[in-house]
Amino acid sequence: MNGMTQIVKKVTQLMSGLIFMYGLYIITHGHLTPGGGFAGGAIVAGGFILLILAFGSKVISLRKEETQTSITESAALLIVILLALAGLFLGVHVFFNNYLPQGQVGELISAGVIPIYNIFIGMEVAAALLTIFLALVIYKEEVAS
Amino acid sequence: MELIPALYIILPLLGAFLIPIVGHFVKGFQKTLSVLITLFLVVYSVWFYVVGYDAPAVTKVGGWEAVKGIPIAIYLVYDGLSAFILLTVNLIAFLSTFYAMGYIKRFTAENNFYALLCLMIAGMNGVVLSGDIFNIYVFLEIAVIASYALVAFGTEKRELEASFKYQVLGGIASLLILFAVGLLYWQTQTLNLADISAILQYEDQSTALIFTEVLLIVGFGLKAAMIPFHAWLPDAHSSAPSPISAMLSGVLIKAVGVYALIRLFFNIFTITYELTLVIIVLGTLSMVIGVLLAIGQWDLKRLLAYHSISQMGYVVIGVGIGMMIIFEDGNRTVAALSIAGGLFHLINHAVFKGLLFLDAGAIEYLAGTRNLKELGGLSRKMPVTSSTSLGASMAISGVPPFNGFFSKLLIIIAAVRAEFYLLAALAVFVNFVTLGSFMKFIRYAFFNLKESGVSLIKLRLPFSMKFSMITMVILCVLMSLMVFPFFREILLNPAVDVLMNTGEYASKIIGS
Amino acid sequence: MTVYIMCFILFLVGLYGVLTRRNMIKIVIGFSIMEFSCFLFLAMIGYIENGLAPILKEEMENPVYVDPLPQAMVLTAIVIGLATTALLLAIAIRIYKKYGTFDIRKVNELKG
Repeated sequence: MNGMTQIVKKVTQLMSGLIFMYGLYIITHGHLTPGGGFAGGAIVAGGFILLILAFGSKVISLRKEETQTSITESAALLIVILLALAGLFLGVHVFFNNYLPQGQVGELISAGVIPIYNIFIGMEVAAALLTIFLALVIYKEEVAS
Repeated sequence: MELIPALYIILPLLGAFLIPIVGHFVKGFQKTLSVLITLFLVVYSVWFYVVGYDAPAVTKVGGWEAVKGIPIAIYLVYDGLSAFILLTVNLIAFLSTFYAMGYIKRFTAENNFYALLCLMIAGMNGVVLSGDIFNIYVFLEIAVIASYALVAFGTEKRELEASFKYQVLGGIASLLILFAVGLLYWQTQTLNLADISAILQYEDQSTALIFTEVLLIVGFGLKAAMIPFHAWLPDAHSSAPSPISAMLSGVLIKAVGVYALIRLFFNIFTITYELTLVIIVLGTLSMVIGVLLAIGQWDLKRLLAYHSISQMGYVVIGVGIGMMIIFEDGNRTVAALSIAGGLFHLINHAVFKGLLFLDAGAIEYLAGTRNLKELGGLSRKMPVTSSTSLGASMAISGVPPFNGFFSKLLIIIAAVRAEFYLLAALAVFVNFVTLGSFMKFIRYAFFNLKESGVSLIKLRLPFSMKFSMITMVILCVLMSLMVFPFFREILLNPAVDVLMNTGEYASKIIGS
Repeated sequence: MTVYIMCFILFLVGLYGVLTRRNMIKIVIGFSIMEFSCFLFLAMIGYIENGLAPILKEEMENPVYVDPLPQAMVLTAIVIGLATTALLLAIAIRIYKKYGTFDIRKVNELKG
């Protein structure tokens, strides 16, 4: 897959960092403001997709990246399930229990395990969207060739 | 040992996400893990049948207690009916997974196969356990999305086409269900099944409620492939790899289609005459037309798929007659008999139809084709397959020592005692057509003494395939025991009680 | 009430597209229209006139919030819709690779 023009590349260089930071902000403030894992993860994936589209890439490296993202996705989801499962063994023995101290309302570090869920769900969503995108791009390259 | 219903969902999910990571590095991990998980779940289900539990066991996810009698957590409910369906699902899942160990070698990407299989099992267990209507939708989607991908697993022309068709029709069904969930939330301001039931008890049948019920019947009817909505089933079930066909035909259409219909229309909505009539008519149509469509089929798996539609018709009319008697305040023993017959046929169908699909897979594995016209004389070359097929064919066509006879007998007796003579006559008629259809299968596949016969492309079946097939044929015979009072008391009656006492579901769960 | 009926009409528009178009990609688009009509309906049943976004703040007494539960449902349904659409498109592309066309009339190996 070929890259785009010089203008697009330059703008992408400037913007992608900001998009990435914004995604991380949405993920980490998920328990305080609207947003959270899914919305932030989609934005982070958008940043990556922008980079791939602007700079282009070879099919081989895309394939390698696809295996990596799908492993990341599984790992992140596994951690979410293990966190939920930990509720069965810690605290009052219920599935999905919030066993960490809750803290003050409105602080960044509060609400127990919810921010941790948000972070891993964000990872999962970003990896999953990227996997879908890469799979479709690879199909397209295969059909075209 | 304490009963933890959430384990039925967590363990297959853990499996589904461990397999792509660890299976990458460790050879054979995917098979071992999925077989162990399904085996554990079967043992777990059977264990709680043996030691008993206080029904219904309710898990409140996240530990949120009800506030002023209004449930706010997501509930997982393990009662008699759920336990019965869970046993069916996990039993067939275990045997299919074990069978797949030998069968699936000819495909690449084994990791994906087992991961998707685990995901599908998690989805089905979730639908059966969930006590929350939106969660039923979510788990249903998990199960069916995994099954879409599994149907297309061969990535050949036919598989892809079948999968596309299945996805479009299944997707329409899912969206109708989602719309109905929205409507239900709009009317009752709650998603909890028990709470919805408690609120609807005091309300009249408004137009919006009837509209919701119609949407739910069409949605779940599409998932269960009742006859006007059956177009996807023969394609999807015949194109999937055989262990998956066994899962789809054996349990998926029951867990996400028939179970959800039964649960919603017995325990949640008040039973009305029109609704019951619609369900009985759908069941009768499926039973009769399904078998008539099956007559002309020469593709073995397609023939079996059409018979699935027809046999599900038996389950639905069994349950439907019970519903009609409950509505009319008739004889409760007859109603219980009818529902017991329906549920009994459900588990029987899971076993014998699963076995038939596994046999079809074995024939395809050795002979390389499943066109009945090209097969013949296999009885000497494949003794295990031919004897198990004979057993399963006798079970599905209701020949006495096998389980299919007893469940059909219960349904027909109930129909006669409830004075549905036409239904009883149709059920007997359909049974004879089924018998004829399976005699054709046995004759053309195994005893057709052609001079040349079909030449086998492989010589022996792997052990795992033989093991699953033989276990299932033994189960076909053993399950006849369930008509006797002792076994019926343990296995069937808790499930029937849940459906007979329609209002108790709400009060028991909200009270807990 | 009218807006809910409009939602259902949008649903039917999508259904019409799915049932009458021959191009697979157009079928997927019709499918998405159905999906989004459902999301719209769910989001609308949670709306309360002059309601605030459901975020807990200390200084307000008895504020009127919009119902947050349908919003959570919509988010979940969007994720599921994403998975369905992605899978549909993947299968459609695979079919294009095998048959060389997106026309479903020409994709008819299975009959009977």
